[in-house]
Amino acid sequence: MRRILTPLLGAVAALLLAGTAAAQDAALLQFDSSEQEALYQGLVRELRCTVCQNQTLLDSNSSLAQDLRQKVYTQVREGASRESVVDFMVSRYGDFVLYRPPLKSETALLWFGPLLFLLTGGLVLAFVLRQQRTRAAAGTGVSTPDQPRIHGKH
Amino acid sequence: MLRFTVIGVVFALLIGLFWVGLGLNPRELPSPLIGKPAPEFRIPELFDAARELSQDDLKDKVTLVNVWASWCSSCRSEHRHLLTLQRNGARIVGLNYKDERAAAFGYLNSGGNPYEVIGFDESGAAGIEWGVYGTPETFLVDRQGVVRYKHVGPLNDIVIRDTLLPLIAELERS
Amino acid sequence: MLPEIGQFALALALAIAVVQAAVPLVGAARNNVMWMRSARYSAFAQLLMVAIAYGCLTSAFISNDFSVQYVAGNSNSLLPLYYRITAVWGGHEGSLLLWVLMLAGWGVAVAVFSRHLPLDMSARVLGVLGLVSVGFLSFMIFTSNPFVRLFPVPMEGHDLNPMLQDPGMIYHPPLLYMGYVGFSVAFAFAIAALLSGRLDATWARWSRPWTTLAWVSLTCGIGLGSWWAYYELGWGGWWFWDPVENASFMPWLTGTALIHSLAVTEKRGTFRSWTVLLAIITFGLTLLGAFLVRSGVITSVHAFATDPERGVFILAFFAVTIGLSLALYAWRAPSVGLGGGFGAWSRETLLLVNNVLLVVAAAVVLLGTVYPLAMDALGAGKISVGPPYFDSVFAPLMLPLAALVAIGPLVRWKQDLPTRTWQQMRMTAIAALAAAAVWPLFYAHWSPYVSLALFTGLWIVLAIGLELRQRTGLRPASLARLRPSYVGMHAAHLGLALLVMGVAMVKAYEVERDVRLAPGESVEIAGYNFTFDGTYPLPGPNYMADRGTVHVTRGDDTIATLHPEKRTYASKRGMPMTKASLDRGLLRDLYVSLGDPLENGAWVIRVYYKPYIGWLWAGCIFMALGGLLAASDRRYRVRATEPAAVKGKVAMGRI
Repeated sequence: MRRILTPLLGAVAALLLAGTAAAQDAALLQFDSSEQEALYQGLVRELRCTVCQNQTLLDSNSSLAQDLRQKVYTQVREGASRESVVDFMVSRYGDFVLYRPPLKSETALLWFGPLLFLLTGGLVLAFVLRQQRTRAAAGTGVSTPDQPRIHGKH
Repeated sequence: MLRFTVIGVVFALLIGLFWVGLGLNPRELPSPLIGKPAPEFRIPELFDAARELSQDDLKDKVTLVNVWASWCSSCRSEHRHLLTLQRNGARIVGLNYKDERAAAFGYLNSGGNPYEVIGFDESGAAGIEWGVYGTPETFLVDRQGVVRYKHVGPLNDIVIRDTLLPLIAELERS
Repeated sequence: MLPEIGQFALALALAIAVVQAAVPLVGAARNNVMWMRSARYSAFAQLLMVAIAYGCLTSAFISNDFSVQYVAGNSNSLLPLYYRITAVWGGHEGSLLLWVLMLAGWGVAVAVFSRHLPLDMSARVLGVLGLVSVGFLSFMIFTSNPFVRLFPVPMEGHDLNPMLQDPGMIYHPPLLYMGYVGFSVAFAFAIAALLSGRLDATWARWSRPWTTLAWVSLTCGIGLGSWWAYYELGWGGWWFWDPVENASFMPWLTGTALIHSLAVTEKRGTFRSWTVLLAIITFGLTLLGAFLVRSGVITSVHAFATDPERGVFILAFFAVTIGLSLALYAWRAPSVGLGGGFGAWSRETLLLVNNVLLVVAAAVVLLGTVYPLAMDALGAGKISVGPPYFDSVFAPLMLPLAALVAIGPLVRWKQDLPTRTWQQMRMTAIAALAAAAVWPLFYAHWSPYVSLALFTGLWIVLAIGLELRQRTGLRPASLARLRPSYVGMHAAHLGLALLVMGVAMVKAYEVERDVRLAPGESVEIAGYNFTFDGTYPLPGPNYMADRGTVHVTRGDDTIATLHPEKRTYASKRGMPMTKASLDRGLLRDLYVSLGDPLENGAWVIRVYYKPYIGWLWAGCIFMALGGLLAASDRRYRVRATEPAAVKGKVAMGRI
């Protein structure tokens, strides 16, 4: 039986020396609850580093990414919700900073596009199948030989 | 028949899109601050740590807010433009971003000081409020303290002549 | 001296490519046997010239000739020899030369192995390949010359990006380009078919092994890239939906649709115009990928540092090539004929659904990749589209596809009954469902999505077993007599099943921890105990490393001793690189990397538990092996007994 996820860095922290140097990178982040930690971990993976070439806040080593990670951490520790942290970032850096694009009128095509494509694909499929049926019914088209002698050939 | 038209249209759209895209810069971000009041911040001044700079100091006169640092090489290339602007009457407030006081002094001593006042943003917190992601950056703030324009990267003749100066003139008239 | 020879060889290659394009194509139109025969020789000559050019560039790297700008920008005298050789394709110009080399190589391969094709067909195929070469060679000579000299000659080069100094660098780009170029061959076959008006099952049989090999190469290239990123980048990720990654994935998706469509065309003579269209689209996507990566329109850490001027060239190349191809398609496709009919529930139908899903998936990836650009171009602001978007829209497409893979091979061609299929598959479906419902219970939390993914994967596996039992009774003698293409199909599908299950499990149940550890301290995740034993300095050929030691135990058992490193390369002072250390297992990987050093010998350590991630790579390997088996089937090597000229009639490939 695998262990349930050890909930907190805090539990581990009990074994280790505590200490968060402000400039230190994820040295030992303490959280008040596993939800808080999950929120932080989720946010630093969904926010984009604005100076990097396509990296999340978590992956980037740049000093701005470090500052922003610290900011996210501070806000999450103060009890901020996901919306308010996201709002904070977006009001300063724009929607660019979100890897999950917000649903707005401008991004409607982006979010509904896949469904549209699927429906289009379905229509094409239906059309082709109907074409097959009419051809079979009309008896047109080149007559095809039966299944080849060898049974079940792929 | 429909199949060909759809494919053709999609293809043409893609080509057009990429053609336009070649003229764009994917690294440049538009600022969400434009049209909004200058962000709240409070930092000590560079030369007099006892005094503070905040967004209130940006009112009453059309102001250029220039984010710079002594470690920033591109800042040097725009420095003479800033000096020229200041000599011609522009009000420039500096935001010294993630720098050291001594290094900043040295930079200004050797290059000249175009700034009316300079805020010392050692931690970068004020920079975050302004949505700074790379130096140099220059903001234009009007009399009411509303951000009107942002330029990312060093200023150059064309931007100053075609965009910045006309905008400053327009804001000063209103 | 050598660089100049290389440059000259390239120019000659371009001239030859022009000849290779023009003469055979005109010859085929005019039925001039001599002109058509010349294609073969042009292909040989082109390979010779490109190989000479490539050799010159490689020797410049080996001899540290920093008077060549490209060498100075990508190499360094401290670089070990094998990395100097692979550094040839570390940048834009050199990688293009590699691409062109592979194109020439595939051209010769086609020339050598196409003796059983009718002359006009092989002439057209080589002619189209010549056209593609003209495009790439022109691009190189006019905008991206690798032999440009640099004065004054620097004493030392910039060095190859440390992240690229890894064995993965040796295999990943060449395999990727093999795939891209291979799809050029598939494209050439399609255009040749359109030009000749001959598009039938026989044509499909000729085209299929080439296309399958291209697909295998691309599968390996992408899989290797993902595997390499996983252990090289130090953050345990293996796919980021980065635009450059997507650029390789889109042709893979449509390429998969293409090989399935070719199978139907070969077997039943149907889907002909879809097959041709897919070949054009797949090749188009490889060009599009090259454009995205090399033009500067997107931001990516993978992108080559290039400029819009080059982008204009590739865009023009893409527009002209694909535009003309689509026009040719629109003109000729209607006269190609429809081929055999099939019923509503048949293997043809399922394969059609399969292809629709794959094309839709490729379209979705394209949408997400270019949407930020589109919004910017229309002045609607700048957004980012990243993993959260792609993960949420892509998975719902893949799961139905995986289910199809389970069902498809058991459904008859032309006409079958859904009830019959259900009767056959009922037991396997129930068994898979039961196992899939129970399996996640052994892990941190139960998730319906994980179960769904596991269901499709398990169903595929069980269905394969069912099919094998039906066909051979699982007797070893019968199993040994199975045809390679049949075994290959199942192997590749098994690979997909492993991939789907692995992805679902690792994403749902992976555990990651960043902790501060002083020597002697430990951290525990997922039942494994990681004890840090300090670091010691270790010099390398062109770097200085801090090598850490981490002991991994579970209970009383010692599992492994891992040695993550933090390397500082001489040429990139101040930019340390992380080298992770892994303990790989069948059911999980344990992964450790060093973060930043702290005081008193303590370090930030990142530890990961990654369950079933090995199944991803195993899946890729099975898919590639499956493809190789399928391509090696004897029927592709047997000389055609039927007469070469078969006009638009539906001809069943003799099996």
